[in-house]
Amino acid sequence: MENAVLLEMKGITKRFGKTNANDHICLRLHKGEIHALLGENGAGKSTLMNILAGIYRPDSGQILANGERVEIKSPRHAADIGIGMVHQHFQLISTLSVAENVYLSMGRTDFVINKAAMEKTIRNYSEKFGLPVDPAAKIWQLSVGEQQRVEIMKLLCRDCKILILDEPSAVLTPQEAREMFKTLRNMADEGKSVIVISHKMNEVMENADRITVLKGGKIADEMPAAEATVDRLTRAVVGSRTLAETVRRESEKGGKPLLSIENLCAGNDKGLIALHDLSVELREGEIFAIAGVAGSGQRELAETLAGMRKVVSGKITLHGKEITKTNVRQRISLGISFIPEDRLQMGLVAQMNMQQNAVLKDFREPAYSRWGVLKKAAIRTAAENYVKDYDIKNGGMELPVGLMSGGNQQKLLVAREIHGNPSLIIAAYPVRGLDIGAAGEINRILLEQKERGACILLISEELDEIFRMADRIGVLCGGRLMGVRENGKTDYEEIGRLMSGEAV
Amino acid sequence: MGLANIRLERKQVASLGRRILNSVLFVLLGFAFSGIFIAALGFNPFTVYAKMISYSFLNLRGIRGSIMAGLPLMLCGLSVSAAFKMNLNNIGAEGQYAVGALMGGAFALYGPALPLPLRMAVMFLLCALGGALWAMIAAVLKAYWNVNETIITLMLNYIALLLMDYLCYGPWMAKRQTTPISEKIPQELYLPYLGNSGINAGIVIAVVLAVLLYLFFQYTTVGFQVQVNKYSLRSAQYAGINVRRNILIILGLSGAIAGLAGFVQITGVVHRVQAQLPGGSGYTGIVIAYLSQFHPLAVILVSILLGGLNNSCSAVQIMGVPSQIAAMIQGCIMIFVIAGEFFNRYRLVLKKPDTTAAGQAEAVESKGGVGL
Repeated sequence: MENAVLLEMKGITKRFGKTNANDHICLRLHKGEIHALLGENGAGKSTLMNILAGIYRPDSGQILANGERVEIKSPRHAADIGIGMVHQHFQLISTLSVAENVYLSMGRTDFVINKAAMEKTIRNYSEKFGLPVDPAAKIWQLSVGEQQRVEIMKLLCRDCKILILDEPSAVLTPQEAREMFKTLRNMADEGKSVIVISHKMNEVMENADRITVLKGGKIADEMPAAEATVDRLTRAVVGSRTLAETVRRESEKGGKPLLSIENLCAGNDKGLIALHDLSVELREGEIFAIAGVAGSGQRELAETLAGMRKVVSGKITLHGKEITKTNVRQRISLGISFIPEDRLQMGLVAQMNMQQNAVLKDFREPAYSRWGVLKKAAIRTAAENYVKDYDIKNGGMELPVGLMSGGNQQKLLVAREIHGNPSLIIAAYPVRGLDIGAAGEINRILLEQKERGACILLISEELDEIFRMADRIGVLCGGRLMGVRENGKTDYEEIGRLMSGEAV
Repeated sequence: MGLANIRLERKQVASLGRRILNSVLFVLLGFAFSGIFIAALGFNPFTVYAKMISYSFLNLRGIRGSIMAGLPLMLCGLSVSAAFKMNLNNIGAEGQYAVGALMGGAFALYGPALPLPLRMAVMFLLCALGGALWAMIAAVLKAYWNVNETIITLMLNYIALLLMDYLCYGPWMAKRQTTPISEKIPQELYLPYLGNSGINAGIVIAVVLAVLLYLFFQYTTVGFQVQVNKYSLRSAQYAGINVRRNILIILGLSGAIAGLAGFVQITGVVHRVQAQLPGGSGYTGIVIAYLSQFHPLAVILVSILLGGLNNSCSAVQIMGVPSQIAAMIQGCIMIFVIAGEFFNRYRLVLKKPDTTAAGQAEAVESKGGVGL
C-alpha cells in the first residue's frame, strides 16, 4: 500500500577536501510520509539535505523528482520544484512581521504589496494544518517555537511538496515538540512529504514512518519505523565502536557550598534584562545542570558568572567571598573556568594554532612569559602535554585549530579549562556537535572533575544528557529559574513543564 | 572547457611564500594594466617602464634617491601595519606625521638649546609623542565609546594639516619668505649621513623599528593579546584580555611611529617645518601596508620600491609622460593586490569526475570546507 515515490536520490556523493560527506547515498521519499534521517553529528545528514535544498551541488549522483531527472541549482530552484527546508538557524528578519517575512521568501516582485491578502493566506494555512501564527506579529515578539512555525509557514505558502526540517526539536520543549510533530503529521496526511533530520532515536521512532540511518557519509540502515528498535538504531548509528561508559556516581550529600547567587539580574546583548532575580546555591562536588529551551538566559547566566557580563543587581559569592564586581581575569585566577558554547568564536581562536590556544588564558603566568616576553618553548611543551594527555589529534602544532575536527577542538578547550584544578567549571553545551565517541570522552572528563570535588554548572538542552550527568537540575525559562529538582526525584514530564514556564 | 567546469574552493592555509608570490604576480598585473593607459596616451609602455626602472634602481644615485624617498613612507607604512595587526584602520598616519613634525619642530625652533645628544633625543621623543597624542584622540573614542577609528583618524588628518598650514603661513613663517616655511632648525639637530652614502641615519631608525615591531608582535604578551583581539574580540574578552588597553597601546604606538616620519623628514631632509610636509606619505603608507601584507620587514622593501616609483616619474616627464602616472600605477597596483587577496583564500578548481590529488596542508577532518 505504498504511496507514489515523490523523490529519489541516487548515488549522491559530495566531498569536502578529503572527506566524503556523502558517499553514494540513495534515498527514496514517498508521498505523504514522514521520513527521518538519523545519525550522529558529521554523519552527512545536513549535507545530504542541503544538496536537496539546492545549497550544495553533488559531485556525482542523480536526483529524480516525480521520476524525472532534475539538477537543483539553487534554493530558489529547489522551491520551484517544491522542495523547501527549515534550517537550524532560522532565516527570518526580526523587525518585519510574519506576513512580510513570508512574502519576502516567495520572491515576488509586485510593486505594491498586498498585506491583507498575504495575512489571509497565512490564516487559511494556519487553520488547515493546525499551525497557529499571528500574521501581523513581528518576528522579534515571537518565541522560538513560534518562529519555527513561521519557517514552516514560509514553505507552505510557497506550496512546497517536500519539507525538510533540520533538527526541529532542538529548540523546543518536549511538549512543544509533540505539538510540532502533530502539525507535521497533518501535513503528511494532506499529501506532503516531510524529511526530519534528527539525532534523537526516541523521537524518530515515535514520529516517523520510515527511518534512514547515516553513518560516516554512508547509509547504515533503512527501515520502516514499525520495525525499528533502540538496539537496531544504536547499532546503525554508532557502528561497531564500543562507547566510553559514562557512569555517574551519586555525589556525597551536603557537599560544601561553593557558589551562591542571590537575586541576580543581568542584561543581554540588547541591553534588556535577560536574567530575573535568580538565586541558587551550588555545592562542591556536584554537577548542577541548567535545563531550558534555547535562549532562556543560559548564555547570559554563563557569561555573567564568568565575569564577561555586568551584573545589574544581585550578588555572587564564591567560597564565601563576594565576587560580583570582579573582572574576567580575577575570576579566572579565583578558579572559575568556562567552556563556552561558541567553541570557535569564544573558547578558542580559530585562526591561531594549538600552542597559542593552549595558553589563551595563561599566557601571563610566569611559566609562560617573563617580563612580557613569551616563553615559546614552555608554551609548546604545554600544548604537547595536552595532546598527549587527552589524545588530541591535530594536523601539526602550527595548524590553526579551526581546521581540527570539532571533537579535538573541544578536547583541547576542555583540557585547558580543567588545567589547574578549577573549583567551578561552567560547561555550556559541552558535547554539542560532537560524535558519540568524543562526547563520551568529554562527559567522562567532567565526571572526573566532579569526583575531584569541582562544581560543574552544566548547561544543556538535551534532557537525556542532563538526566545522565546531573545531580541537581535547575530549569530556566524566560530568564527565570523556575525550580530546582534532585535528579531521581523528577522526570522528563515535570522538567518539560518547567521549561515551558508552567509553575509546578 | 567552459566556465561551468571551473569552481571555487576555499583554501585552508596559504603559506607565506604563496602569499608573497601572489602579491608579486598581482603587482605585475597592476603594471600591465597601467601599461594599457600609457599606451593609450601614445607611449610605448615598455620604454616608459624601462626608463623608470633604470632611473630609480639601476644606478647608485637612483637607489639612494629611492631609499631617501622611501624613508618617510617606511615609517607611515609601519604605522598603518601596526594598527592593522589589531584590525584597527589607522588612516591618519598623515595627520600624526604632521603633528609629530609640529611638536618636534616647535622644540627645534623655539626650545631650549640643550646639550646635543639630549636635544636630539628630546626632539625624537616629542615627534613620537605628537603622533601618539593625535592617534590617542581616535583611540580613546574607539576604546570607550566604540567610535569608528577609520573616520576619526581620517578627519583628524585635515585638522592636523590645517594646523600645520596655519603655523607655517602665520606665526612660524620665516622672515623675508613668501613660501610657507619656517626658519631652519639649528644645525646640531641635522641627522648625520651614513658615511658618504648620501643616506641619512633615518634609515637606521626605520629598520630598527621594523625589526622591533616584528619581535614585538611575535614574542611579547602584548603582541599575543593583539593577535587574539584581531581574530576574535569575544575570545579576547573571554580570556580576560583588556581590549581597551590594547586599543590605546596599539593606536598610540601606531601614531608614534607616524610621528617619527616627521622627525626623519625635518632633521634629515628639509631641516625646517613647512606646510604640507607629509605630502600624502600617510596615505601611501596605507598602500604600502597592504602590499607588504602588514609584515614590518616587507614594509621597508616595498617603501623603497614605491619611493623609487615616485622619483622615476620626473625621469619620464622629460618624455612627455604626465607625472601623475605614478599615482595611477600605485592605484592600479593597490586595486590588483587587494583583488588578488581573493586567491589567497580561494582557488579555482577544474571540475573532474574524480580528484584523488592530495591537497597540501588540508583539513584534518570534515569541518574545514563545509563552512556553513
